[in-house]
Amino acid sequence: MKRKAAGGPGKNAKSKKDIWELRLYVAGQTPKSLAAFANLKKICEEHLKGKYHIEVVDLLKNPQLAGGDQILAIPTLVRKLPPPIKKIIGDLSNTLRVLVGLDLRPRA
Amino acid sequence: MVKEKTRLLRGGLQKVPTGIAGLDEITNGGLPKGRPTLVCGGAGSGKTLLGMEFLVRGAIQFNEPGVFMSFEESAEELTKNVASLGFDLNRLTASKRLLVDYVHIERSEIEETGEYDLEGLFIRLGNAIDSIGAKRVVLDTIESLFAGLPNPSILRAELRRLFRWLKKKSMTAIITGERGENALTRHGLEEYVSDCVILLDHRVANQISTRRLRVVKYRGSIHGTNEFPFLIDERGITVMPITSLGLKHTVTSQRISTGIPRLDTMLGGKGYFRGSTILVSGTAGTGKTSIAAHFVDAACRRGERSVFFAFEESPSQIIRNMRSIGIDLQQWVEKGLLRFCAERPTVYGLEAHLASMEKIIDLFKPKVVIVDPVTNLSSVASETDVKAMLIRLLDQMKSNQTTALFTTLTGASGSLELTEVGTSSLTDTWLLLRDIEIGGERNRGMYILKSRGMAHSNQIREFLLTDKGVDLIDVYVGPSGMLTGSARISQEKQERDIELAHQQEIERRKLNVETKCKALEAQIASLHAQFQAEEQELKKLIGQEKMRQRSASQLREKIASIREEDKNSKRRNR
Repeated sequence: MKRKAAGGPGKNAKSKKDIWELRLYVAGQTPKSLAAFANLKKICEEHLKGKYHIEVVDLLKNPQLAGGDQILAIPTLVRKLPPPIKKIIGDLSNTLRVLVGLDLRPRA
Repeated sequence: MVKEKTRLLRGGLQKVPTGIAGLDEITNGGLPKGRPTLVCGGAGSGKTLLGMEFLVRGAIQFNEPGVFMSFEESAEELTKNVASLGFDLNRLTASKRLLVDYVHIERSEIEETGEYDLEGLFIRLGNAIDSIGAKRVVLDTIESLFAGLPNPSILRAELRRLFRWLKKKSMTAIITGERGENALTRHGLEEYVSDCVILLDHRVANQISTRRLRVVKYRGSIHGTNEFPFLIDERGITVMPITSLGLKHTVTSQRISTGIPRLDTMLGGKGYFRGSTILVSGTAGTGKTSIAAHFVDAACRRGERSVFFAFEESPSQIIRNMRSIGIDLQQWVEKGLLRFCAERPTVYGLEAHLASMEKIIDLFKPKVVIVDPVTNLSSVASETDVKAMLIRLLDQMKSNQTTALFTTLTGASGSLELTEVGTSSLTDTWLLLRDIEIGGERNRGMYILKSRGMAHSNQIREFLLTDKGVDLIDVYVGPSGMLTGSARISQEKQERDIELAHQQEIERRKLNVETKCKALEAQIASLHAQFQAEEQELKKLIGQEKMRQRSASQLREKIASIREEDKNSKRRNR
């Protein structure tokens, strides 16, 4: 199942280029997955309000999708857009590192 | 024994044959079924290939599909790399007997934030396994995860879980690992995979590299513990356990000529045993190759095929040189009875030599094999390696009843009986060629050091290379020791002179006696004549005496009668 969490794509976006396409890979409803989703949602709302799009991929249901983004660790967040592709693994509990990983904050 | 083996296998550990030549023999049947096996070794030691061959052979020979999860090379690269070894991965992939999954991690792309696990890898592997119903799995090299993922403690816990999970799914797996400095693997994978550990090694000694394989550990099974050389060629991996053939060959008592009549005579009149191993050893220039050429020539004359492995001279050089002693090998080459394989020993490692020799022997099926000289091989490997290789080669040949003749070069310093590669115990017949230096001259001598299972001469023969081939002649053995060459000839001449003088002396004495005899005879004759004369004289005397007696009596009678007559006549007259 693919869950879509929206910051309202297209609503406030100036153009399609500015939309952040994020994909979160999980394997079932584990505490880590749920935590990751919650953390991601919070960060996006804070920093990317209105211009992000989260797709959640459950590998238990679609195992063949693991190959495409070279997913090994669960949970993994993939920034599909804007390029380059970024991968952030873990439950996203360290907000600072998530922001660094997503290039929302320069590396210290 | 076979029964016992099956019982053992049934009761104990089940094994999965790898199909890799030789490996199943070392491991007594293959890898532990349903368990992971660790294959470790340095860069370029053949880990990936071993894993790939395990899957390919499994898919083709044992109908067990396999998943190859690569962490280093992409599927395209792998396909290209193993195509040179005759593995067509595309065909196997298309028929769902093989699945190559390339797992790629870019450290620079990854940011770690908090807790995670490797469920993604599990799902991916599980999906791959289920999609083709795999029985075999190769993870090559899972250690690259340590470079890609930042948290080793999580990784370790997950690897432990992964191997447990593979066991639970009863996958026969090969996990490859990079050789570490003080441990088997760089990241200590042997802690997790402990059922069977195979170590691959790629060593360079004297600029020649040799691959070796060792089963470090095999829980619950007996296995060969030695280091075995192995080879990667167009047939894939070949491990060469010398134990693979063993001493089980049957023998024949058929005899074949050595090509040198006098040598045949020395070997009980019939030559070598068919299928035996002949060692010709000697110092430089003692005629080893010539003896070999004679043997080959004799075999070809019988219409048997021969292979001549030359490590010192080129075929044309051998042919030219042998022509000078009256052996024409060219004709046999043209008739397809003789094949030369000339290579410098240093062109490749020992196992490669062995493999190429085995291949030629397999293809050509010769009855006679010459290796000239076997000692040159020791320039590419240690003595023990050469010996091991020879044992294997000899076992192979003996089981085919192929007669093998090896020449070895003995150093001038060492003992003649000590062959450099310690091959003496392997040989059945050992001809020793040696120099005999007497009187500022160097001559060749030959004797039979041993010859198993036949009566043989204990004599040293002088070995001559003539334009009609090798000739063996008796050496001079006399009161002044053993002599050869011109010393022998002069000694023989001296002996002849003495003999002649003796004979002349006898002749003279004989003549003397004869003269004496004649003189005596003459004397006898004269005596005889004298005797006859005396006898005659005597007879004459006797005759005269008789006559005289007769005449005397006559006279007496006459006188008497005259006296009577007188009376009577007077009377008558009166």
